[in-house]
Formats: sequence, C-alpha cells, structure tokens
Amino acid sequence: MPIEVYLNQIASGALTGLIYGLSALGLSVIFGVCKIVNFAHGEMMVIAMYAALLAFQWFGLDPLVSIPLVCALLFAAGYALQAGLINRLIDVPDHMQFILLAAIAIAMVSGCLMIFGPNAQNVQLDYAYDSYEIGPLLLDKVRVLAGIAAISVAGLLAAFFRWTWIGKAICACGDNIVGARVTGLNVKHLFALAFGLGSVCIGAAGCILLLLVDVQPFLAVEYTLLAFVVVIVGGLGSLTGALLAGVLIGVSEALAGLFIQPSLKSMFSFGLLILVLLFRPQGLVGKRA
Amino acid sequence: MIKIWLAEIPPRGRLYLGLLLAALLAAPLFIDGYALSVLVLVFYFAYLGQAWNIMMGFAGQLSLGHALYFGLGAYTGAALYVHFGLSPWLGMLAGGAVAAAAGAAIGALGFRFKIGGVYFAILTIAFAEFTRILFDHWLWVGGSGGFFLPVTGGRGGNDLLGLRGSPTMFYYVWLAATIGVLILCRALLSSRLGYFWLAIREDQEAAQALGINTFRYKIFAVMLSAALTAFGGVLYAFYNNNLFPSAIFSITRSIDMLLGAIIGGVGTLMGPIIGAFILTPLGEALTVLLEPLRDLGIKLDGIKQVFYGLCVVVIVVFQRRGVWPWLWRKLGLDGGAK
Amino acid sequence: MPKTRLPVTRRTFIAGASATALTGVAPIRRSFAQGAALKVGVIHPSSGFLAQIGQACNRGAQAALPVLKDMGYANIEIMLGDTESNPDVARAAGERLINAGAQLLVGAFDSGQTSTLAQVAEQRGIPLVINIAAAPPITEQGYKFVFRNFPRAPGIVAGTFEVQKQLFAASGRSPSKCVVLHVNDTFGTAMRGAFGGIYPRMNMPYQIVDYISYDPQARDLSVEVAKAKATGAEILLAVSRLNDAMLLTREMVKQRWEPWGIVAAGPGYYEGAYMKTLGKNGNFVISTVPWYDPRKPLAQRMIEAHQKMFPGQVVDTNTVFTFEAMLVAADAYKRAGSANPQALAAAIRATDIKDNAALSDGIKFDAKGQNDTVRIAGIQNFDGDAKVVFPLSSAERNFVFPVPGWQARR
Repeated sequence: MPIEVYLNQIASGALTGLIYGLSALGLSVIFGVCKIVNFAHGEMMVIAMYAALLAFQWFGLDPLVSIPLVCALLFAAGYALQAGLINRLIDVPDHMQFILLAAIAIAMVSGCLMIFGPNAQNVQLDYAYDSYEIGPLLLDKVRVLAGIAAISVAGLLAAFFRWTWIGKAICACGDNIVGARVTGLNVKHLFALAFGLGSVCIGAAGCILLLLVDVQPFLAVEYTLLAFVVVIVGGLGSLTGALLAGVLIGVSEALAGLFIQPSLKSMFSFGLLILVLLFRPQGLVGKRA
Repeated sequence: MIKIWLAEIPPRGRLYLGLLLAALLAAPLFIDGYALSVLVLVFYFAYLGQAWNIMMGFAGQLSLGHALYFGLGAYTGAALYVHFGLSPWLGMLAGGAVAAAAGAAIGALGFRFKIGGVYFAILTIAFAEFTRILFDHWLWVGGSGGFFLPVTGGRGGNDLLGLRGSPTMFYYVWLAATIGVLILCRALLSSRLGYFWLAIREDQEAAQALGINTFRYKIFAVMLSAALTAFGGVLYAFYNNNLFPSAIFSITRSIDMLLGAIIGGVGTLMGPIIGAFILTPLGEALTVLLEPLRDLGIKLDGIKQVFYGLCVVVIVVFQRRGVWPWLWRKLGLDGGAK
Repeated sequence: MPKTRLPVTRRTFIAGASATALTGVAPIRRSFAQGAALKVGVIHPSSGFLAQIGQACNRGAQAALPVLKDMGYANIEIMLGDTESNPDVARAAGERLINAGAQLLVGAFDSGQTSTLAQVAEQRGIPLVINIAAAPPITEQGYKFVFRNFPRAPGIVAGTFEVQKQLFAASGRSPSKCVVLHVNDTFGTAMRGAFGGIYPRMNMPYQIVDYISYDPQARDLSVEVAKAKATGAEILLAVSRLNDAMLLTREMVKQRWEPWGIVAAGPGYYEGAYMKTLGKNGNFVISTVPWYDPRKPLAQRMIEAHQKMFPGQVVDTNTVFTFEAMLVAADAYKRAGSANPQALAAAIRATDIKDNAALSDGIKFDAKGQNDTVRIAGIQNFDGDAKVVFPLSSAERNFVFPVPGWQARR
C-alpha cells in the first residue's frame, strides 16, 4: 500500500480521536468530581446530537455554530440531573449508582426512538464533502474543523478550571471532599455544576460528531464504552491525557484496520485498555492515586 | 443441614416459601405457553443474578462483564455438542472450567495489580467486549454468522440427559438450577469461605490484618461465580439453540443479569430471585398494559423501555438496599434480613 | 387483548408478582368459523437497534390488508409483536401473540430472532411464515410449521453475480478487479461465506482482490475505504446495513475514490434514508436484492396501497416480502377453509401462487418449507428513487454504468 494511505489514515485517525477525547473529558470531569461513573454518557451525547440536528432543521444552524446553544441545554440538563436525582444518592454504593444511570440510559435511548424515529438522520452542509490537499495528504475539511473545535472547547474548559474561582472550587471538591466541606463550600451545588460542565463537554462533542456520523438512537452504547477506554487510557482527571488518549485510540484503530482487519479494530482499543489498566492504572498522563 | 437453615427462617417465612415452591412446581399444569416462557425468563435471570451475587454481594467485587462467562459457557457447551457430540452435562463441566479459568485470570490480573471498584468493573467490560469481537471472527463456532444447534424433532419427547425437550422440561431445569444455586449460596454463607468473603466485602484491609488471604478468596469468588454463570450459559444454549456473539457477549446482557440482583437486594439470598420476579413480569406487564394505546394511534415502539427504565429509577431512589430487605419487613418476617 | 394487572399488595407480593406471570394472559382457544378474520401475529424488531427495519416490515404487513381485501380474501387481523431486537424477547413475544389468539405468525427479519421464533412456532404447532431472514440453517432443521419466502444467502450471492454479468455484457465494460467490503454481522458473514463458495463457479471477468470486513457498530469507515481504494479495484461489492452504507459512501466521496460503480448485495443503499441523506452522491448505486417486479399488477397495487397509508415512506425489500408473507397467509386460510393450524400449515405447504408481487416465479414451498424461486433484481438509484434495471425484461429504466464520478455530479 502506498505510504500516503498510512499518513492519511494517521491524520484522520488523530483528528477523529480529538473528538473522542473531548467526549471522554465529559466522563472524566463527572467521575473526577462527583465520583459517578456516567453510564448514560453515550445517551447524553446522542441527545446532544439530536439537539444540534433540530437546530439545523429549524433554524438552519451549522452544528459548529450551535455548540453554545446545545452546551447550554446540556448544562441545564446535567445540572438538573445531579441536583434533582443523583445528589440524593451520593452515599449509596457504586453498583446502585451504576444501575440508576443505566436505567436512565435505557429510558433515554427509547425516548429518542419514540420522538425521532429509528432512521439515521444528518445535517446537509455544503462543505460536507470538501477536502484539503496538502502535499501527499488529503484531509477531510469536516474532520479538520471538528479537531479544531474539540481542542478549543477543551482549552476553554482547562482555562475555566484553572483561572475561575468556581472552577478551582470544583477541583477542590474533587480532590478532597471533606476539606471542601470544612472550608464551607456548597458541595452539592458544586457537584451539580461539575455534572453540568461534564455535560457541556458531551454536548460539544455531540455537535461536532454530528458532522461525521448520522445520528440514530442506538449509537449510544458504543460511545459510552469508547469514552471509558479513552478516560482510563489517558488517566482520570487529566485534560491533556484524555485528548492524547483519544488521539492514540483514533490512530491505533486506523493502523489496526490497515494492517489487520478493520472489523478487529475495536478489539485493539479494548486490548489497550486492558494493558493500561494492568501496567499503568493511573493512565498514561495521570498521577498515581 | 437444610433443616437447620429452615429452622432459622421464621415460621411465616417457611409457610410463604413452601407455598411459593408448591405453586412453582405445579405451575406448568395450569399455565399456558406464554406464562411458561415468561417464567423461564424469570428463573434465567434469578439464576444468573444469584451467580453474579456471589461475586458482588458476598465478596464485594463488582463485575459488569458477566456476559463473558455466560458466553464462554454457552459456546463451550454448544461447540462440544455440535462438533464432538458431547453431552451437554459434560459440556457444562467443560464450560464451567473454561469460564472459571477466565475468571481466575481476570481476577488475578485485576487483584494482583490492585485494580479496585469501578476500574475493576470496567476491566470486566473490556474483557467481555474483547471476547465478543474475537468470537465474531472465530468461524469454528460460526463467527458472527451465528452458531446453530440442531433442533431434533421440535415436538418430540423430553430427553433430560441430552437437554433436548419441551419448554416445560426447561422450566423445571431452570427452576431446579435456581433452587440449587440458592441452597449452595445458603451453604456458602455459613461456611468459613462465606465468612471470609463477608469480611473482605465489609473491610478488606481489616480482613487482611486478620490473616485472611484476601487475594485467594476473592479469586475463589470470581471462579465460582464465573463457573455458575457458565452453567447457565450452557442451559441457555440448549434452550435457545442459536448463539450470536453480538447478542451473547453484549453489555446489555451483562446489565440485564445484574439488574435483578441489585433491584432485589445485593448480598441477600432472596434478592436476585425477587428482583427477577419483579423485573421480567414488569417488562411483560408493560407490554400488555400499553397495548391499548396502539389502538389510539400512538406509536408504541420504545415506550415500554421508557417506562421500564423509569420504574427502575424509582425503585433505586426509594429502595436503596433493594426490595428484599423492605419486603422482608413488610411480610412480617422481621428479625434481620438474610 | 386480555388485560393484566400487577397486583402489588402488601402481603401478597410474591404471590402477586408470580401471578402476573402465571395468569397474565388467559388462554384463548376458540375455533373460528369460515368468514371470521384470520389473526396473524406480526413480529419484528420494532424497537432496539433494528427498529428502523422492523418498523418498515410492519408497514408492509399493514399495507397488505386493503389489497388482500380487494382481492377477495377473508379479513385479516394483525396483532403486532416486538422482539426489541433481542432473541430472548422474541420467544416471549411469539408466545404472547399465540396466547392472545394468533393463528399464524409472520416475522422476524433478523436471523437470530427468527430462529428463536421458529422454535416457538414448531413447539406450539402454529405456522410461521418468514418474511426475511437469510441464514440458511433456519429451514434446515426439519421444521414442519416454518416457511420461508426469501432466498438464502447463497441464492442472493449467485443472483448478485448473475446481475453483474448482465451489467457487464450490456454495458460492454468488464472490470478486472473487484473488492468486497462487508459488514461482519450475521447477514454479512453468511454472504461472505457464500461469496467464497460461489465466486469460483461463476466465471466472473474480475478477480476479487480483497475481502475487507468491518464491525456492524463501526463509528468510522475511513480506514476501510482507504484500504479498498488502495487495491485499485474498479468495482466495489458491498454488503452493508443502512448506517454503514451512508458512512461508506460519504467516505468514498471525501477520499475521492471513483470506481466504475458500487454494487451492493443487500440492504442499505436503496433505503429512503440513504438517498435522502446523500442526495446526488447516493445516485447510481446498483443494489442486487430480492425486490418487487414492477411489471406485476399486484406489485403496483401494493405500492399504491403503501403510498396511501404511509406517504413518504419508500417501498423496498422489507415491504415486499412482508406483504407476500401476508399474501401467503391469506391464501392458505382461504384454501384451508379454517384457521386450524394443522390445516393452515398443510395449505401453506401446498401454496402455488402465480400472481404475486416479488420478482420470482410465484410462491411455492419445497419439502423444507423454502421458496427458492425468488430471483435477484438489479436496482439503481436515480434521484431518490430506486428503479429496477435488471433483469432487462423487468427494467423500469436504462442502467448507467460506469457511473459518473463524484466531481462530475455537482
């Protein structure tokens, strides 16, 4: 196979991987702060995709333009979910929280099926099929935009956690909940904010993803699992780790597809997850807990 | 032994248990094919929930990938039967051994590297998914095209040794399996092993300090749970007669398996059974109850799962420890939930 | 539909919960006099990940009712069941409908769910007419109550090669290399197996240079397309579902791969959602599938009825074969003279329908309950419409081959 094929696939895998990373960031923030494993992660992303789809159908908005809108919506939904439901169940064991979110996920998927029907739907943009030719590379315009958008949103999030008071308070909550309580922080409110912020990542990732895939209700499970893989490979609570792991997964899937058989490629992601869990459980970038 | 355990149950509890058992034994005489197939599903979930509960409820290790052991059992039993004509009961031993070995390996890796809690749970999912894709490509067992067991004489006689027969036969097989695993779990709870497990579940470090080899006993729990799950897989393979990796190893199956046990009450003996008796009929009842809406021109597809999900949410919010501890009190069986 | 309730009272909970299961639906055993409606249980995956296809099949069944009535058949009452795309649920769904009085079952699209349903039908002695399911083993089990009016995977593959031969002969262009891209699910694997077995016998002008398989849940098909493009094949032979068909085509445009044409053996490319989403780029794909014969009057009546009931929804393979399953049911009921399942099964076995809708030599079942007369049509997409182009004797339009490149379509 010509070398361009490999270069092209590495580039496109890396760009797609950035979106995976952004989506996984949502999972990471929620787990890092609230200690909740969001099993409804993929489902929330599908809902974000539908929201972006509606914005396109009703107002003709490009999904990239509707990111703020969808993020606001997801933030509200995430905040409400944590404040209204999960905060009551903070002290129950992991498995109870797990089935709570799994049950919410079941209801969400089928709710989407009832409202939007089973057909895959997409936005028709005039640049959807454009690609850039850079030397031997043939880069897909949508993927390039998607990658840029993913990095920007992740950057904004990092800035928020670093430089705003609320961001710092949320981090404190994640690091040491007892200490946070002692200093008089309203932990439940901050938990809800964190869930909301995680949902913002999910919302942005959903909008961007809509450029690349057609939305239908049953995409969700795959994306939930993928986000687990990315978060653990990258290291929990690490922003760069999530993006890096996303890229790593994207590229390794592409190469596995080229060298072996594409239908085996997600086996490599899970294999990578297993290896990382065993040999570097803190993740590639994370600190040892 | 069993006498002593029965004596521990309050008289009222014994009465309920006896009535329930009698009703279940006699059920096929009175009910029709539909109810029978629903009850088979109930015991399928009750049995698997019980098997899962050994690992989570007793030893405190959360597994979200039990479909792996289920599938290994199902495929081992079915492949040995189809390719070598091996009896399903022998296949069950083989399947149990394969699954126990897989469980031991995963447990050893996970516990050796001190992967706990949620991380361990995700590790189990990863192994299940990994195996699903592997089986999708393994043509000796049909790959993703599916593996079919020959259905000999659909309406023929019941052959318990060959596990070929009517739904009624399978009903009794699943019922017996459920009762068997219930008794086994009861025995385990009052064994040394059981006490060690509970100690590990409550406080692993304290258990270690007491000199319990926590690593070894956790591995035992995984192996036993995996083997029992695999037995269920073999029964399933011979009941359904077709296996598809995408359905057998799916994460949905793993979740369905543990949903009943958690809803019923993790770590209790009756929890998984009660959970199965709640969830499966709930799903069927919703199907039937929502049916009239169709005549009103409302599109129904998916509505059942929406209600199902919401019901589970409600149960989790109001019964955090599961339904059985609450039911135990409500039935007037107080004196500590078992 | 008998009602059930969930009697959750304080003290009778266990009994109550089990009673729901035990007495949820009272058994209905009635004999139906001639003239009464035939109750047909129509079971498809109308929720779950196969929902889109399951719902299309259900529409086909419903569109059959007015047509069958017009043809003078007795009334049919449809009872819908949902497998939730899950073989475990398929069994209970089948049992539920049989209990509620279904005298015949139609279903279930997916091979796994159909196989489970077939066991229910056989055990309960209720005939099952399979509308769609290509896995060969289903009719190899010696069932007496199971009938399939749909080709098995080898039949579809042989037909695919036949259509291509006609295409190459009529266009005067013979490609030398072909690449197979297939989804690695039940249908895809069955087709892959059949390709390997049948290709050597077919004397095709081309070499199959590679078989590339991808996961049914693939999120991204760029590697797959890059790999296929790198083979330099002039023909892409694809076995897909809907979502991957869309991803695949879009990726071909982006990577500027312009083979002479896409030949799709199976679903995906002729579906309304595909053509709507891809617009011009969805044009000219040739699907080789079991289809309706546009020259047959019954096919036209079916299309009319479907358009009237479900405006905007396309008529495709799912519609036709579910429609024909209903036709088989109505026809058998008429000849059997009763809804007695034994009589119905015997009547189905003796089916000899000449005036049908699909591209086939009528409907009749062999000793195994299989109808092998269904032929494969070549249909090509033209601006949102899939038109029959092969066999030439049934063609609605002239084919286009080789197809214009992506750039040329703008």
